[in-house]
Amino acid sequence: MTEKKCLSLNINGIECQVPEGTTLLEAARYLDIDIPVICLHEATTAKGLCRQCVVEVEGRRTLAPSCITLAEEGMVVFTESERVVRVRRTILEMLHASSDISHSPALQAQMEKYTADPERFPGAKKRQYEILDDNPFYVRDYSQCILCWRCVQACGDDIQFTYALGLGGRGHDSRISTFYELPMPETTCVFCGNCVAVCPTEALQDKTEYLLEKGLQHHEIRARRRQERQGKRSKS
Amino acid sequence: MREAEIKVRSTCPYCGVGCQIDMQIRENHITRVDAPFDVAPNYGRLCVKGRYGLDYTHHPSRLTYPLIRKDLGILPRKPVGLGGFRRASWEEALDLAAEKLAVIVQEHGGDALGAFCSAKATNEDNYLFQKFIRGVLRTNNIDHCARLCHAASVAGLQITLGSSAMSNSIAEMKDLEVLLVTGSNTSETHPVISTFLREAVVKNRARLIVIDPRRTEMSRFADFYLQLKPGTDVVMFQALAQVIVQDGLVDQEFLDARVEGLEEYLPTLEGYTPEYAEEICGVPAERIREAAHLYGEAGTAAIYWGMGISQSTHGTDNAISLANLALLTGNVGRPGTGVNPLRGQNNVQGCSDAGGLPNVFPGYQLVSDQEVREKFETHWGVSLNPQPGLTTMEMVDAAEQGIIQGYYVMGENPMMSEPDLHHARQVMANLGFVLYQDIFMNETGEYADVILPAVSFAEKAGTFTNSDRRVQLIRPAITPPGEARPDWVIIQELARRVEDKLGMIGSAGFAFEHPAEIWDEMAELTPPFQGISHGRLERESGVHWPCPSEDHPGTPYLFSESFPRGKGKLTPISYRSPAELPDEEYPLILSTGRVLYHWHGGTLTRRSKLDDIYPEALVEIHPRDAKGLGVSTGDRVSLRSRRGRIEVKALVSERSPIGTVFLPFHFAEAAANILTMDARDPHAKIPDYKVCAVVLEKL
Repeated sequence: MTEKKCLSLNINGIECQVPEGTTLLEAARYLDIDIPVICLHEATTAKGLCRQCVVEVEGRRTLAPSCITLAEEGMVVFTESERVVRVRRTILEMLHASSDISHSPALQAQMEKYTADPERFPGAKKRQYEILDDNPFYVRDYSQCILCWRCVQACGDDIQFTYALGLGGRGHDSRISTFYELPMPETTCVFCGNCVAVCPTEALQDKTEYLLEKGLQHHEIRARRRQERQGKRSKS
Repeated sequence: MREAEIKVRSTCPYCGVGCQIDMQIRENHITRVDAPFDVAPNYGRLCVKGRYGLDYTHHPSRLTYPLIRKDLGILPRKPVGLGGFRRASWEEALDLAAEKLAVIVQEHGGDALGAFCSAKATNEDNYLFQKFIRGVLRTNNIDHCARLCHAASVAGLQITLGSSAMSNSIAEMKDLEVLLVTGSNTSETHPVISTFLREAVVKNRARLIVIDPRRTEMSRFADFYLQLKPGTDVVMFQALAQVIVQDGLVDQEFLDARVEGLEEYLPTLEGYTPEYAEEICGVPAERIREAAHLYGEAGTAAIYWGMGISQSTHGTDNAISLANLALLTGNVGRPGTGVNPLRGQNNVQGCSDAGGLPNVFPGYQLVSDQEVREKFETHWGVSLNPQPGLTTMEMVDAAEQGIIQGYYVMGENPMMSEPDLHHARQVMANLGFVLYQDIFMNETGEYADVILPAVSFAEKAGTFTNSDRRVQLIRPAITPPGEARPDWVIIQELARRVEDKLGMIGSAGFAFEHPAEIWDEMAELTPPFQGISHGRLERESGVHWPCPSEDHPGTPYLFSESFPRGKGKLTPISYRSPAELPDEEYPLILSTGRVLYHWHGGTLTRRSKLDDIYPEALVEIHPRDAKGLGVSTGDRVSLRSRRGRIEVKALVSERSPIGTVFLPFHFAEAAANILTMDARDPHAKIPDYKVCAVVLEKL
């Protein structure tokens, strides 16, 4: 193992030293500086998709997504500059305008922190889909999906290596999907639920919880399951 | 208003991976299962059984009060459902059970009893169980389902290394250069381990060799997939060894320092050329050579195996030949490198560790060793039987001969898991007394005289030891149904009563208040556990034994300095063909095994929503065979062997090789073990569940 070079940088006025290869997000966390994230999860690879973790780097024209931007010698970084805050607020407002994020406490907290205005885009078209209830274990409600990509990563190279999920549709209609929108039992899905575990909203939700929230009692859920089984063809 | 949710950390009750889970509890129900992302061994990963399959704990058919057979005393006893039993108080049921056990001991001696402990129960339950069987009933006739899964791995590794557990921790997998997976359908039987193996291959560019008759999911990730004919494993492994020796891929330094038996071993490889293996195994010689070079030239390599290796009449030879490969190439004793039988049940490692075997006390201390025996005699204040006991199937034999008069079965279902079930059931029907203790009624309970309702893993405290020897806590999360009690409490109540009826002076000690105290007693008597306590596990989440002292960090990988037997022993073996091969009358090979969505005898998963996705038995048949028989997917077919007949649906699939059909053994209505035979490995006494001859007919 070769010794890693140490880099000096300045974050929010604090001088710090980090090993080469450290991202700005990691560096900030060493200093207990909180940078909000949406698409990043501790079990999935950083990919700079949601842009909520952007920071301002002195001398750069664009804001840098801190989850994938590596620290460099002499960097001067601001994690809560006015420009950064404005971008984060707008990202939240756009997410709110396009998806139902009301069941995500983490996103709601960010809305509050950045004083995001839920009415900023009043004419926006929300993405609305039917709830997909096609297996005994979880339901999918893509109206709540913010396309953070974590489920696809969990199903793929970050946890399960099963590759049942991908992207379907185009433009505004882009959504997480199975191949040919097949029902889950007809895909390679092994129902590990690791995708459900990393979902930041309730786009993917445990079916028992979903039914409990709808007000069903445990014995009613059992009865419903029996019903669903009737006439169900065997797995092939 | 909904009750607030509480979170309880515990250990998954299904397989030997030992995943840490966070059960979300509301209104005494497990409403959701999460996993902590920062805790070993699973680091947040779960499979379908752990995440969605714990609902069996809430099933309305849980046993909730003690039961006594209505036609008690009438032989042969008929298998009856719950309607054949009447409700009893704990007092009455325990008194009756104690009386029956005591009478058998007084009239015929303790060796007239056979006891099955449980790889699903905790270490503490099993320690106390074997203490009762050995210390009060004075017999070593105690065994459990490990006999039917990894007995051969244990035997093979004992001979070659002197150890019997996985040598490496799960966390080491992802850093290996070469992985050899054989006889393990890892993606379905150890799903979370399979994700770490796949991570090594996909992300870290490890090379994977899969040797298996069945085209498992793992084979899709393999650089080399060697699809050998069922039952020819020994020839394949010998041929790999032959190439490694012939082409100078041995680790001479390692051999010189840490291995013995080379002189006797080398000549026995002669004849096992890749060309000979091609003839026997049906795998091209060149592929075997290439795979041997890949394994032999790796800087770090490890072997993982499952039931495909051990459940065979030559299971011990299989395990020996794998250990030989590791010894020849020095791929053992460094981080990541080693030999790893993937254990099946959540606590099969722990049940064996706690003395749930006929020849050893906790920690594999021999029953026949006088010094060991004296230690336990002194501590328990009783005299102990020096004679090693019978294994599970030997108990069936002894019962047939009238030597064994009674069974005490805790948390096992031998009437689903034993081979040749017709025979095993006949024997059970004629036993003098059957005591059954479980959370559900199952095929074994139908033969019981007295049924004692136990609590599930989610309703008690204790520890499980996973496949990589990591001791982890389980914690009570919900209140048990009805009058059900923890196994350790039931055992204490029963033991005290039997002691009383036998007129024993002084007790062997059955007055524990909490499982933590039971652990402490076991650890005191078992050196490798001495550094582990419930308190430490609360702080550290899990500790890998051996851990001899409190300041010892535990041992993630074994054999860094030496082997338990001193030097590793290269052990000669020779090839024997399977006990039953196809012929004109029974032209197909039947291999049995598991599917992702079910667990063993199905007692748990058939009572879970897991059953919704895989509700019935399917026999897997190759398209070529199916075409010849005019069978398509979904057709009802019969499967017949020399021992019995069942009906199932067909699933046409290229996973099974031509000439072999695969049948999961989870389904009581189509029990695979009606067909299997009681042909055993001569050394480990494990039956062959992977090769027997059957005929398949379309209905």
